[in-house]
Amino acid sequence: MEEIGLLMQGFAVALQPGNMLLMLVGVVLGVLIGVLPGLGGANGIAILLPLTFAMPPVSAVIMLSCIYWGALFGGAITSILFNIPGEPWSVATTFDGYPMAQQGRAGEALTAAFTSSFFGAFVAVVMITFVAPIIAGFALRFGPPEFFAVMFLSFACFVGMAKGSPLKTLAAMMLGFLLAAVGMDTVTGQLRMTFGSEEMIRGFDFLVAVIGLFGISEILCSIEEGLHFRGQKAKIDLKVVLRTWAELPRHWFLAIRSALIGCWMGITPAGATPASFMSYGVARRMSKDPAGFGQGRIEGVVAPETAAHAAGTSALLPMLTLGVPGSPTAAVLLGGLIMWGLQPGPMLFVEQKEFVWGLVASMYLGNVAGLLVVLVAVPWFAAILRVPFPIIAALILTVCAIGAYTVSNAEFDIVLMLIFGIVGYVMKKLDYPLAPLVLALVLGDRTEEAFRQSLLVSNGDLGIFFHNWLSGGIMAAGIALLLWPALAWARAALASGLGRARAA
Amino acid sequence: MSTTTLDLAPAAGRSSQGVRRSAMEVATSLALALIGAAAIWDSSRLGAGWGAEGPQSGYFPFWIGLILAGTSLANLVPVLRARGAAAEAMFVTWPQLRLVMSVLIPTVFYVAAIPLSGIYLASAALVAYFMMRLGEFTWRSALPAAVATALVAFVTFEVWFLVGLPKGPIEELLGF
Repeated sequence: MEEIGLLMQGFAVALQPGNMLLMLVGVVLGVLIGVLPGLGGANGIAILLPLTFAMPPVSAVIMLSCIYWGALFGGAITSILFNIPGEPWSVATTFDGYPMAQQGRAGEALTAAFTSSFFGAFVAVVMITFVAPIIAGFALRFGPPEFFAVMFLSFACFVGMAKGSPLKTLAAMMLGFLLAAVGMDTVTGQLRMTFGSEEMIRGFDFLVAVIGLFGISEILCSIEEGLHFRGQKAKIDLKVVLRTWAELPRHWFLAIRSALIGCWMGITPAGATPASFMSYGVARRMSKDPAGFGQGRIEGVVAPETAAHAAGTSALLPMLTLGVPGSPTAAVLLGGLIMWGLQPGPMLFVEQKEFVWGLVASMYLGNVAGLLVVLVAVPWFAAILRVPFPIIAALILTVCAIGAYTVSNAEFDIVLMLIFGIVGYVMKKLDYPLAPLVLALVLGDRTEEAFRQSLLVSNGDLGIFFHNWLSGGIMAAGIALLLWPALAWARAALASGLGRARAA
Repeated sequence: MSTTTLDLAPAAGRSSQGVRRSAMEVATSLALALIGAAAIWDSSRLGAGWGAEGPQSGYFPFWIGLILAGTSLANLVPVLRARGAAAEAMFVTWPQLRLVMSVLIPTVFYVAAIPLSGIYLASAALVAYFMMRLGEFTWRSALPAAVATALVAFVTFEVWFLVGLPKGPIEELLGF
């Protein structure tokens, strides 16, 4: 039980007064970000990241990860009260949460959402505590071929598990890889794809891309709907909380199943959004009363919230142990590690024990803090959406511009942010997924490096990726996932062909 | 015209005139294919093969560009084969586009103004413009809100976090 001892040391780090304060600031900022349209976990953290350079890495990561937990909590508030999902992963929460609020059960829905979020996160953090050191220890033996295989697998996951078109997923991903390659090639020092432009030599910073793709585009998408917030009253008092808490243990099986779905979807880079939908779907299918879903059942709030929070939290597991983030927000945090001068990957668990275990301990504490903050302050956060949209939009645009500028003190980055915003708007509306693009942009350089180092070792022979059972097995799983949509398509085509033949 | 642009919103969903989704799909696919082609071209210029010190600079982007161009062109197939409702679907209707432009065009001006006026003045102007043009505020509430935005941003970044943001002639006059 070495982990317990290390975790206790982590608590000692996280419980320092300064870090506790940052935790609280992070959670409050996070809920705010989760409530506001156009600001989310990923771009909220991207905007604040440059401000943390002067902090010690462990304090910085505690604050930023608490923003993430806060954003996960905050998404539920707008879904339930306003039928507006503040975050994509809370879309499924609107299905039953908003009807509950319309029936005057907003307090019950909010309490259920927050409590199940907390439960999902807690399961995921316990899992991280005990599984992460094992995976990291295992990954210490990885060479470049194994690292490339892991990244290959996580990118293949996007294609194999894509809800929309696998071709669009692939195209978005390749665009991310290309954007990552722009600028100076770190191996040979040659300039790639700058096409003679001096601004391009620096390459594309993924923080600027994230702010544009997720922030500006979200504003453009929201204004299309005209945005007239018509919310339900948020009334939450101790009596409602206690009554809901007394009722929730009945749904223990649902919560555990949803948490497991969430953990699984978070580790594979499918992320919180599909996890919440999947968990909701499974809950409805397994329910004795499927028709009641969508009309205000508490299970319809518990299932997606537990899964989304479990997925959001466990997305940090591959980020910490392998350096391969499980979600765009984890990708931004990974970018933060690199900026603070830490090398992501299994060596973190050996060289930066204080950092890793401080972060894990802050996950426990941050989620407790998050639960308390949202339960106490729901009405205030809900009041934010009563601020007229033009003011919110102008402020968010300003914050995004400042965030893009501070990444590297370049005015050109603000222009890039705007371009990424328009690109993101078009891609969103055409169902190109943005998460693979961002992950490819973050991991592009390291994927290429692993690829080139492997080929150097083998003298150009691609067989190196199958040189032992480990990397060969991971590669085979990745290839199977890549081919999955093609197989599914072929089967569907075959079935419809057979059906037509039978009908004729 | 006394109505604000936001009042058009309820009508936005009903109108069926606008930019076709299929047109946008084709344009996006072609743009992505073009980016892929540019990557292939630039990579072959650098050398996409095996050099003295291993894979050349263009090796990786060459293949990525090839996959991008391939998948983008393959994306065209279902769009061009679509019939009926799928082919008629709208990317954005004209009233929706007007709403988007009512935010996007001022934002373009905002971004263009930052190098000239500094970020504080531009942001204040953006807030005031949005409040008066998109919301139904008079200058009586828009002006204080704009000034407050600039001041809060200034105190937060320049004073508290010691992060310098782009400044213009006004800040220079004030001695910053």
